[in-house]
Amino acid sequence: MKMGKIRPQFSVAAVLLLISLVIFVVTAVATGEMAQFSLQGITGLLQRMVALGLVAVGQTFVILVASIDLSVAAVISGTAVLASWMMGGDPAMIVPAVLLCLGFALAVGLVNGALVAFGGINPLIATLGTGLILQGVLSAGYGLLGGSVAPAFQHLAYGSLFGIPWSVLALFGLGLAMAFVLNRTVLGARIFAVGGNPEGARLAGIRTGWVILTAHVICSLFAGLAGLYLAARVQAGTPWLGRDGIYDLESIAVTVIGGTLLAGGKGGIAGTLAGVFLFASLDASFNMLGIDAFLKQVLRGFIIIVAVAVHAIRGRGHVA
Amino acid sequence: MSETLNTPRVEAARIAVNAGLVLFFGLYAVIVLIQPNYLEPGLFMNFLRRAAPLVILASGQIYVILTGGFDLSVGAVVTFTVTAAALLINGDPGATWSVIALLYLMGAAIGLFNGLVVAYLKVPSIIATLGTMLWLNGLALAWSGGAARGDLPENFRDLGRFQWRDVPLIGTLPMAALVLVVVCALLWWGLHGMGYGKRALAVGDNPRAAELAGIPVARTRITAFVISSLAAVTAGILLGGFSGVSVNAGSGLELQSIAACVIGGAMLLGGRGTIWCAIWGALSLFALFTLLNLMGLPQALRDSIQGLILILAVGLTAWRTRRRS
Repeated sequence: MKMGKIRPQFSVAAVLLLISLVIFVVTAVATGEMAQFSLQGITGLLQRMVALGLVAVGQTFVILVASIDLSVAAVISGTAVLASWMMGGDPAMIVPAVLLCLGFALAVGLVNGALVAFGGINPLIATLGTGLILQGVLSAGYGLLGGSVAPAFQHLAYGSLFGIPWSVLALFGLGLAMAFVLNRTVLGARIFAVGGNPEGARLAGIRTGWVILTAHVICSLFAGLAGLYLAARVQAGTPWLGRDGIYDLESIAVTVIGGTLLAGGKGGIAGTLAGVFLFASLDASFNMLGIDAFLKQVLRGFIIIVAVAVHAIRGRGHVA
Repeated sequence: MSETLNTPRVEAARIAVNAGLVLFFGLYAVIVLIQPNYLEPGLFMNFLRRAAPLVILASGQIYVILTGGFDLSVGAVVTFTVTAAALLINGDPGATWSVIALLYLMGAAIGLFNGLVVAYLKVPSIIATLGTMLWLNGLALAWSGGAARGDLPENFRDLGRFQWRDVPLIGTLPMAALVLVVVCALLWWGLHGMGYGKRALAVGDNPRAAELAGIPVARTRITAFVISSLAAVTAGILLGGFSGVSVNAGSGLELQSIAACVIGGAMLLGGRGTIWCAIWGALSLFALFTLLNLMGLPQALRDSIQGLILILAVGLTAWRTRRRS
């Protein structure tokens, strides 16, 4: 039973990975950019994955329980602004600021989860609503919340260990940990159960509301981590950081591209990260080819559709 | 994300209408308390004129929502319409009508694309229309070079801005309000005057059962996306008329139109709703925007209040449904 659940999703991940590598290698060879194959080139490619990857790992959890989170963009902006404001360039404030940001993300996750699991509100509307509320407060209060992160904190985005950036190590470490949670723990089994068949899960004695709540908290925390990473990268967070990156819709797109069903119950972290890798290699390839930003967006739109269509088309049932 | 429907459909529809209607009159009453001249027919007509694009968008969106999907591309269609109109007409009044016909053709093509992708490639509509939103926005930006270019002639802009004066009873009659009424009547007829609405509801409620009952599921879905795109072109023409050319003319409208339907009592993922959900929901949302504007709230906080209202409206509906069953 369990193998059956994991295997097809694993193959989606492997295929995606292979296609992404081929795209990247062929473009690099064709444009003669051999420097892309140096350690620096590869880590550069992986670093493109970090922000979207963190958000998407969290998004995978909520989609697995058949929910969805549109508030991640606002959470990213919120943590980035809070981190910059609280640190104000002072290294001593790094720990309190990080704790405050994670606390904020946790609170948003709890609210989202409670609205969806116990309020009976459609997750799209609930998280769109909380996202809008946050976005408005952030934009209105931004004047009071200026500041920039401590220089030492930027180490998080730019520092590296044995030539591999911390942020990349963090993404893959957390990805592995979360894959372990999904596939080897009781919580993971419950997440698949609730997403696959909520009524059955309830009758089996699983308190489905709490599982959905937990998934939302995990999702928001990951969005918070992405916000912290982006704050370290750009020094001073702005209220539009998350929205401009379209992290909400793109994290959903890569999760679905990675083989996780929007209806819940099937999918996993490996596929999601492979989807993020596809986006990163496409981005890098577009840059090598010198494709302008607008055309890039056009191609991106079509690729999202094609990437999902490739495995969705085999499904027999109806989708809406 | 699936919900069962226990109440008979007729009753559900009646309750749905009430939610949006009551909210609209409540909000409009508060507007009148703050600014009594909103009771004058002239200002009400002006309110209708400004609300027209959102109401039309929502009335198209409801078709897709009833079939169980979403159309996230309508904002991009609005942007594309405005950009394309400005670039193609480029100030030449003689070109207006042929370009408008072309815009509708493009709209139909975009809707057809969305519908085919969802119905035959089985891509969930949220992803399919997100993809369309991205490529269409990219196309509009690439075509215009990233900034508003081109020019809209008077006879095009009049569709959004022209007002007949000295009309008996109501004083002034904006062309946009007339367009609004005509389009809504057409969309009402399409949904409830023919069998289409029932088919759409059946498809949204349970596509497999609908298929077994002999309903052409794919065609019903594709029709919904085409109508939603055509409504978006109409909204784009009106918006171009009174706001002029801009490369982000339609940004955010996709979520507003979905929110409007939901505030009006339509159920996401299909199975419940009427055209009145879209109309009253959109009018409520626009009344809310107007009210927040009158109260002098910072632009930014409008987002917050919109979010709050959205959660409250849907939460209330969910709570009432649960209490009844």
